[in-house]
Amino acid sequence: MLRSRTGLTTLAFIGVALACLPFSDLAITTLNPWQELQRLLYGLVTPDLTATNELFTAFTRTLAYAFTGVALGAVIGFLLTTLFSSRLVRAFCAFIRSIHEIFWALIFLQCFGIHPLSGVLAIAIPFAGIFAKVYSEIIDEADPLPARAAPKNTRRLLRYFFTQVPEAWPHLRTYTAYRLECGLRSSAILGFIGLPTLGFHLEAAFSQGYYSQVGALLLVFYVLIATMRLWLRPRLVPVYLLAAPFFLGEGLPIIWGNVTRFVTQDIVPRPLREGEGWEGLQPWLTEILANQALPGIWNTLLLTQMALVATGVLALLAFPLISTHFTGPVRRTSGHVLLVIARSTPEYMLAYLLLQLWGPSMLPAVVALALHNGGIIGHLVGRMSDEVPLRKGAPIGFNRYAWELVPRVYPPFLAFLFYRWEIIMRETAILGILGITTLGFYVEGAIQEIRFDRAMVLILITALLNIGVDALSRRIRAWLRLRTRPTCEA
Amino acid sequence: MAILAVNDLSASYGGERVLGPLSLSLASGERVALVGRSGAGKSTLLSLLYDEAESGTAYMPQDLGLVDTLSVFHNVYMGQLDRHTTLYSLCNLLFPLKKPRGEVQGILDRLGLGDKLREPAGELSGGQRQRVAVARALYQQGSLLLADEPVSALDGPLARRVMAALTEAYPTSVIALHDVELALAFSDRIIGIQDGHIALDEPSARLTAADLQPLY
Repeated sequence: MLRSRTGLTTLAFIGVALACLPFSDLAITTLNPWQELQRLLYGLVTPDLTATNELFTAFTRTLAYAFTGVALGAVIGFLLTTLFSSRLVRAFCAFIRSIHEIFWALIFLQCFGIHPLSGVLAIAIPFAGIFAKVYSEIIDEADPLPARAAPKNTRRLLRYFFTQVPEAWPHLRTYTAYRLECGLRSSAILGFIGLPTLGFHLEAAFSQGYYSQVGALLLVFYVLIATMRLWLRPRLVPVYLLAAPFFLGEGLPIIWGNVTRFVTQDIVPRPLREGEGWEGLQPWLTEILANQALPGIWNTLLLTQMALVATGVLALLAFPLISTHFTGPVRRTSGHVLLVIARSTPEYMLAYLLLQLWGPSMLPAVVALALHNGGIIGHLVGRMSDEVPLRKGAPIGFNRYAWELVPRVYPPFLAFLFYRWEIIMRETAILGILGITTLGFYVEGAIQEIRFDRAMVLILITALLNIGVDALSRRIRAWLRLRTRPTCEA
Repeated sequence: MAILAVNDLSASYGGERVLGPLSLSLASGERVALVGRSGAGKSTLLSLLYDEAESGTAYMPQDLGLVDTLSVFHNVYMGQLDRHTTLYSLCNLLFPLKKPRGEVQGILDRLGLGDKLREPAGELSGGQRQRVAVARALYQQGSLLLADEPVSALDGPLARRVMAALTEAYPTSVIALHDVELALAFSDRIIGIQDGHIALDEPSARLTAADLQPLY
């Protein structure tokens, strides 16, 4: 195992994760965790669908935020592809996508208050960065021959729109539809920080102990995502897009004075604002680094590395559930249902639920991240394993799994896992808002103390950390010679 | 007067020379047929000639270079992308305007594709796709045509009709053809390519089908 690069990398990552364990708080602190879990499961099987009015509003809002935000992000991202050869534009896109939707929302909530604009921009901006990157990659793969066959003096822009973009169009469409699913999840969790989407109602129902209402909200959400293929028809998309802005709701009026104050005063570092100049800035920054950024980074890294390995283990255990190489259509169907649930529940929502059940520690966060990401990767690897041709008389059962399938799907599996590394880290930082002491914890704290300058510095540090991990993951993937098209980043 | 002249042209693929070095001069009004075995270097030569050619040259590669997701109209319209303003062309990309639509329709009628204006190019048969690429070249109305096997997927009479349309629209052309009869009928100069070199360069009038046999 030490001879191969994949084996070596795997062992190294497992070693690091094990080394993280002694430094991490993984305790269950609630007195009766299993009883709470039982009540939640009971709620799931006895969903209360009577509060139809509220359910309806929660879902139309969630859909409207997702549609408007993703559409805006797609348009901006697409326009940015025409400039994507510029290094500056690429760096700008990398930067805006390294900040999580929730952090953007926290920033915009301070500017615009609880207004649809906050939520829509929070989705649109990071999505624009992701769209710009992936769209460019897709368009670059288009056949260059039509562009060559166009008259010589054709302007670059026309060549682009007449040949390269139409060639890539079907792939662009598939990818955008896929991102809409991610957008729906993002939209749902924006509710946890006060916007009127699904998460808001979920948190309200949970804190009052209405588990049947929680069950109803979750079930409708699963059905919505699982049936996307049925209601997301190309012909209906324009209808949805035109209707979406009307279902965003009113929100509170925007106070433009607040916006100006936020941009010109609140986020300016305190020493600069109070005229202490650059000399005052240094101790201010050192203090933030020592007391907040470093502990935040440390915990974010611990949690990310443990969650990454847990995700990998779970994905490898889960993919046979949907693989056609193992018998039983009934088992396969239930496998699909399990994986759909795991991957369509946003990790933030899972972490929230598990934190309520088990109390604050890193354990609920690791489990939530592993369930969600393991569900996604397990699904992808399962589908990939179906394409592995097995010879007649190949071993069955565990031997088939261990000797025939895992060795073949392992490289793409690692590619998916490393691809999600940065995504897991983005999420880990966010989970701090729920009380785990990752970077998000300190961001949330600074915002509650109305020290937005501090919050901005911490968000910037989080973004840099993400960009760093992304670069490292790219290096490792190159070293392992892994190539797999990305699917979902959020 | 030479409309296109190249000296010591050569091409390598994977470290192995596949073409040249060869020199070639093309006078205005000359219609050249490029003949030779497949793999002799005809496509490479045409592609390199296109790199050297001035603007106003129409290029029809063997793989046609159609955009499968766009309609036949758009694929043909592309022949004039350099003539219109960006805005006008973008309008036509979204909503084909009446004037270009009529012009394109006229060309398609001549090629027997009159009913295909709105069809995506990707849904046509091989022969139909080839005629769409021909229509694009006809719509472009340039000063020089470089075409690589433009009628290989068409049957006898249709192939002749299309060749007639192409040579009528472009008095100066270099067309690679594997059909010796067509080559003799629609050219006034024949260049035979063998192993990446010019093995024969004669006026068509002096040649018969039997003279070209050694090239194959």
